[in-house]
Amino acid sequence: MSTIKEKKVVLGSYTAGSGLKAAFAMKPQEVIQLLIDSGLRGRGGAGFPTGLKWRFAANQKEPVKTVICNADEGEPGTFKDRVLLTEHIEKVLEGMIIAGYATGAAEGFIYLRGEYAFMLPVLESEIEKFNSKKLPFSFKISVRMGAGAYVCGEEFALIESMNGNRGEPRNKPPFPVQKGYLEKPTLVNNVETFATVSHILVNGADWFAQLGTDKSKGTKLFSISGDVQRPGVYEFELGVRLSDILEFVGAENTKSVQVGGFSGVNVAKDQFDRPIAFGELPPGGSIIVFNKDRNMLKVLKNILEFFEEESCGQCTPCREGSYQLLKGLEMIEKGEKSVRYYKELVTLCEVMKDSAKCGLGQSVPNPFLSIIENFKDEILYR
Amino acid sequence: MDCRTGALVSFIERSVKDHGAGRENLLPVLRDVNDEFGYVSGSALIEISRVMDISIGEIHGVATFYSFINVENKGSYVIRLCKTISCDMKGKEKIEKTLERELGIKFGETSSDGLFRLEYSNCMGMCDKGPAMLVNNKLFDSLTPESVLDIVSEYRRKRL
Amino acid sequence: MSEMIKVNIDGIDVEVESGSTVLSACEKAGVKVPVLCHHPDLNVAGVCRICLVEIEGVGALQASCAYPVTQPMKIKTKTDRVRKARRVNLDLILAEHYGDCYTCSRNGNCELRKLADEYGVDKFRFPHVQAPRYKKDTKSFSIIRDQDKCIHCKRCIRTCIDMQKVNVYETANKGHAVEIQVALNKSIADVVCINCGQCVNRCPTGALWTQDVSDQVWEDIENPDLFVIMQTAPSPRAAIGEEFGYAPGTRVTKRLNAAMRRAGFDRVLDTNFAADLTIMEEGTELLERLHKAIVLKDKKVKIPMFTSCSPGWVKFIEHYYPDYLDHLSSCKSPQQMYGAIIKTYYAEKIGVDPSKIRTVALMPCSAKKYECNRPEMCDSGYRDVDYGLTTREMAMMLKEAGLHLADMPLEEFDPVLGEGSGAGMIFGATGGVMEAAIRTVYELVTGRPVPFERLNIMPVRGMEAIKDATLKLENVKEEYKWLEGVELKVAVAHGTANAKILMEQLIEGKLDYHFIEIMACPGGCLGGGGQPIPTTPEIRLARAKAIYQEDEDIVIRKSHENPLIIKLYNEFLGKPGSHKAHDLLHTHYTKRGRYFVKD
Repeated sequence: MSTIKEKKVVLGSYTAGSGLKAAFAMKPQEVIQLLIDSGLRGRGGAGFPTGLKWRFAANQKEPVKTVICNADEGEPGTFKDRVLLTEHIEKVLEGMIIAGYATGAAEGFIYLRGEYAFMLPVLESEIEKFNSKKLPFSFKISVRMGAGAYVCGEEFALIESMNGNRGEPRNKPPFPVQKGYLEKPTLVNNVETFATVSHILVNGADWFAQLGTDKSKGTKLFSISGDVQRPGVYEFELGVRLSDILEFVGAENTKSVQVGGFSGVNVAKDQFDRPIAFGELPPGGSIIVFNKDRNMLKVLKNILEFFEEESCGQCTPCREGSYQLLKGLEMIEKGEKSVRYYKELVTLCEVMKDSAKCGLGQSVPNPFLSIIENFKDEILYR
Repeated sequence: MDCRTGALVSFIERSVKDHGAGRENLLPVLRDVNDEFGYVSGSALIEISRVMDISIGEIHGVATFYSFINVENKGSYVIRLCKTISCDMKGKEKIEKTLERELGIKFGETSSDGLFRLEYSNCMGMCDKGPAMLVNNKLFDSLTPESVLDIVSEYRRKRL
Repeated sequence: MSEMIKVNIDGIDVEVESGSTVLSACEKAGVKVPVLCHHPDLNVAGVCRICLVEIEGVGALQASCAYPVTQPMKIKTKTDRVRKARRVNLDLILAEHYGDCYTCSRNGNCELRKLADEYGVDKFRFPHVQAPRYKKDTKSFSIIRDQDKCIHCKRCIRTCIDMQKVNVYETANKGHAVEIQVALNKSIADVVCINCGQCVNRCPTGALWTQDVSDQVWEDIENPDLFVIMQTAPSPRAAIGEEFGYAPGTRVTKRLNAAMRRAGFDRVLDTNFAADLTIMEEGTELLERLHKAIVLKDKKVKIPMFTSCSPGWVKFIEHYYPDYLDHLSSCKSPQQMYGAIIKTYYAEKIGVDPSKIRTVALMPCSAKKYECNRPEMCDSGYRDVDYGLTTREMAMMLKEAGLHLADMPLEEFDPVLGEGSGAGMIFGATGGVMEAAIRTVYELVTGRPVPFERLNIMPVRGMEAIKDATLKLENVKEEYKWLEGVELKVAVAHGTANAKILMEQLIEGKLDYHFIEIMACPGGCLGGGGQPIPTTPEIRLARAKAIYQEDEDIVIRKSHENPLIIKLYNEFLGKPGSHKAHDLLHTHYTKRGRYFVKD
C-alpha cells in the first residue's frame, strides 16, 4: 500500500489574514500551547519542537526580542523555501507576525540567501503590505540579504552574520532564544515552519497532529531532484516511504538516494523501504536521486568538497576533518594510501560527530560513512 | 592605497545613513558597495572604517567570508556557475566548456576586456531547474549551451 | 550575588558560581584539562576542541572553556571517548603544522609540542604537510610571523582586537582556506601594529616571535674594535629567572650581571639610572606645563601630560590620535636617554671613542626594537641605542654560551653610571613611573617626602585597569607658591584598550587629570612583549612583587637623591630642562596613518 498521502497542508489554499485573525483572537500563551499540541517540529532540518522554542523565547524577561525567518536555504537539493517565498509569501509573513505576537517581539527579519536576490522586488512589496497593516501590537518586518555562505543557515551563524560579523556559529549554551541578535533573545525558525504555523492557527492543532507519525506530526515539503522524471517540490505526510516517493516522481533504475541533503544519509536499494520521519530517514526534505550510471565516488567527492569550502573554518574537527576526509579519499583512490587508511577516517568521523562546534561539522561524517558503507566495492576496493 | 574618490565617499556615507551606523549593518553596506562598484576596494575599506568606526582588518575579514563579496576587481560581470551535484548531473560540464570557449578564459580568470569573470559557486536552490548560474545578482536557470551564449551576448550589449 | 552550584568532576565534588565555565570548575577541583585556544587573559573562543569533556545528559562532547555551569552536573574528563577526541583533534592540528621543532623559536616551550608529548603522539595519523605554504614575514623591527605554524587558535586576534584594541590581525576567508593573517594580508610592518608583542606572548606555537638580533650582538662582542655596553631594565631582571627554571618573581639581578660580563659585554649598566634621569626631566616638564597653564594662563599648553616611555603606547597614539601628540611628554624613554648619555658623557668618562661603542638594551619589550631604530634617535651623533634585546633573546644567548644563572656569582653594576634609585626600579610595574614621578615632584614642590608609609604610593599600584589618585599640594615651597592648594590629579592605565578609554574621554573634554602614566602592556613593562612565555595574571603579579621588593631593598628611593644623577647634571647637563638636556634627552613624534603605516 502506498504511503504517499499527498496532502496540501502548507501548499494548500490560504486566505490572506486568516492566520493572523485566528492568532489575535487568542492570548499569546494560548497560541504557544496550540503549537505545542500540534506537535510541529522545526522544518529547517534540526526539528526542534516549535511550540517549545516559542515558549522559551516568550519566557525571556528581556523586553527587546527579535523574530528571524531563516531563508538561507542552502542545503544542496533543497529549494522548497524558494517556492514558499515566491508563491506562498503571505503565510510566511503571517507566521512571523504570529511569532512576534506570541513571544513579545517587535521586529522581524527575513534573512534571505544572496542567491535569491531576484525575489527582492516582489518580496519587499508584499512585506510593505503587512508593515502598513494595523496590528494589535507593534511589529515590523524587513529583509537582510546573505552573501553566499552555506553555514549561515545554521541559526547562530545566521545571527552572527546579522550582527555584522563572519558567520561563525557560537558555543551553546547560551542559546539564541536567550542571547542572539544584538545579544538579545532571538527566535529563529525556517520559512516552512512559519508557513505551517499560519495553517495550524487556522485549522487547529488536531488537524495537524492527526497527520504523520507519533514523533513526526504533520506533513513536510520535499525538494526532489536528480535522476527523476518529475523533479520539483512535493508535500507528503511524514512517515512516507522513500520507495513510494521514488515511484511517485518517476525514478528509474535508482542506485541510491541522498536523503536530507548533503548533511543527511545516503540510502541504497536495500533500504528504500524505510520511512522518512524524525528518528528514521532524516526528514530535512532534500532528496537527490542517483541512477545506475552515477559514479558514487564522484558524488562523495562533490559532497566533501562542498563541506571543505563551506565550513566556517573556526573549529579544528570541521575545518581540518572535512579536508582530511576528502584528501584521504583521493589518496586511497590514487593508491597513495592503502584501503586500511579508511579505518583512521572512520575514527575521524566519530570524533567530528562528537566534538565539532556546530551541526555542520557534526553532519559531514553522515554522507561520508553512508556512501562508503553502501558502495564499498565501488569506492574502496576498485 | 587611499584613493577615495568623491563618488565612493558619498556613496558609502549614503549607504551607512540608509542602513544605520551600527555594526549590524556592515554586511548590507558591503553588499551595497559590492553591487555599485563591482568590488570592495582598499579605499572603500578605509571609508567604511572611517564612517562605521570598525577596524579595516575586521571589515576585510567579514568581506572575505562571504563568497559574493569581491575584495578585488574581478570585472564587470562575475559569472558563478553552480558545481554542486544536482546541476552537475544535469549537464553543467557542457555549460562550463561553452563559457570557457566563448570568453576565452578558464574558471578563476577574468576576460582581457575586463567584462567577465568565471567562478564556481555552490548550490543555488535551482536543483529542479539545473544547470544554473549567477551573473552578479541575477540568477539564470535551465541553462543550455545556446541560452548561455545568448546571455553572454546580452551582457556584452549591456542590455542586462 | 551569583548562586553557588555543586558539580561533580571525575568523582570530585566542587562548588562554583553559576555562570562560570566548566573549565574553571575543573581548575577549582584540581582537575587538569589541556587547552590550546583558551587563555586566562582572553575572551572565550572554543575552537581548538582540545579541552573537551563529557557532561552527563548532554549529547556530544563539550568545550569546557565555553560551557557554563548553570545547574548541578556530572562531568568526566578522562574517559576513553574524551581522550580519543582530544587526540584526533590534536592529530588534525599537527597534520597542518609545518616546521620542525629543532629550528623553531619555541623549541622547549611550545604548547603544541607539550600536548603532543603528553598524548604520546608517535606518528602522524593524517598526511603531514610537506612543504611551506607561506613566506615568513620578517619585515618588522619587532614582530616576525611564521604562518606555517599557525594552529588557528585565534589568540593573536583576541589579544590584538579584543584585549589591546589595536586591530592588526584578521580572520580571512572560510572553509579550509581560512587564514589568520595581518589585515589585508599585508606585512605586519605595513599596518598599525604598535609592536607591543602581546600577541607573541600568547601564541601557543612559534607562529609569532620577536625579531632576533642576537647574532649581530655576538658579532659585535667578538669584534675586538668594538666596545659593547649593556644596559638592563628592571622587568627583565624580575623575569629572566623564569627562563632558567626559577619561579616567577625570583630576583636574579646580580647573577645576571655576572653572566653578562662572562658573555663578553664590556660594561653592564643599570637602566634604572636612566629612569631616574627620565623622572628629573619629566617632573620638570610637568611643572613647566603646570606653570604655563596655571600662572601664565597659556591656552596652548596641553594638560594632561602623558608619559612617553612606552614605545608601544607612543606608536598607538601616533596612529590613532595623531592630533593629540602634544599631550605626550617630550622626554625620551629611559633606554633612549641612556643611549644618548652613554655615547657622549659616559664615553668621555671611560675614555672610549663613541663611534666604537655599541649599546645593547635588555628590555622586556618588543617595541624597543622599533624605538631604537626610529630615525630621530641619534642625538649623540651616532645611533643612540644599537640593539633592543628581549628577555627571551638574552636568556637564549646566555644558554648558548653555557652561562646558567644558578652557576653565577653575585656582581654589581659597573660604576659611574651604575646604579639607579628604587624609584627607577619600579618603572617596570604599571603605576611605577607615576609613583617615581610623584616621589620627586611632590618633594620638589613641598620640600617634604610623599605622605605615604615607606614612600609606597599604594593608590597607583596594582593590576586594576585604570587607577587614579589625588594629591593635595599644601604648604609648598616659596618658589612653587602658585601650586598652593592645587589638587594634583593623576591617573595610571595599562593595556592600550584602557589607553583608548582615556583618549576618548580626552576628545570629549572629560579627562580631568594633570598627569597620566600609560603603558601599552597589561601589567606594565613586566608584561612586555619580550618577556618569558607564558604570561598570566598570576605570573605578572609575582613579577610586580619582585620589583616592588627590590625597590624597598635599595637605600636611595627617590630619583632626585641619586648622587650619580646629581653628578651628571652638575658635570654635564646643567639642570633639568636645560638646552643640552633637550638636545639629548627629548624627542618629537610622528603623525601616522590610522589604517596603515602610510594611508
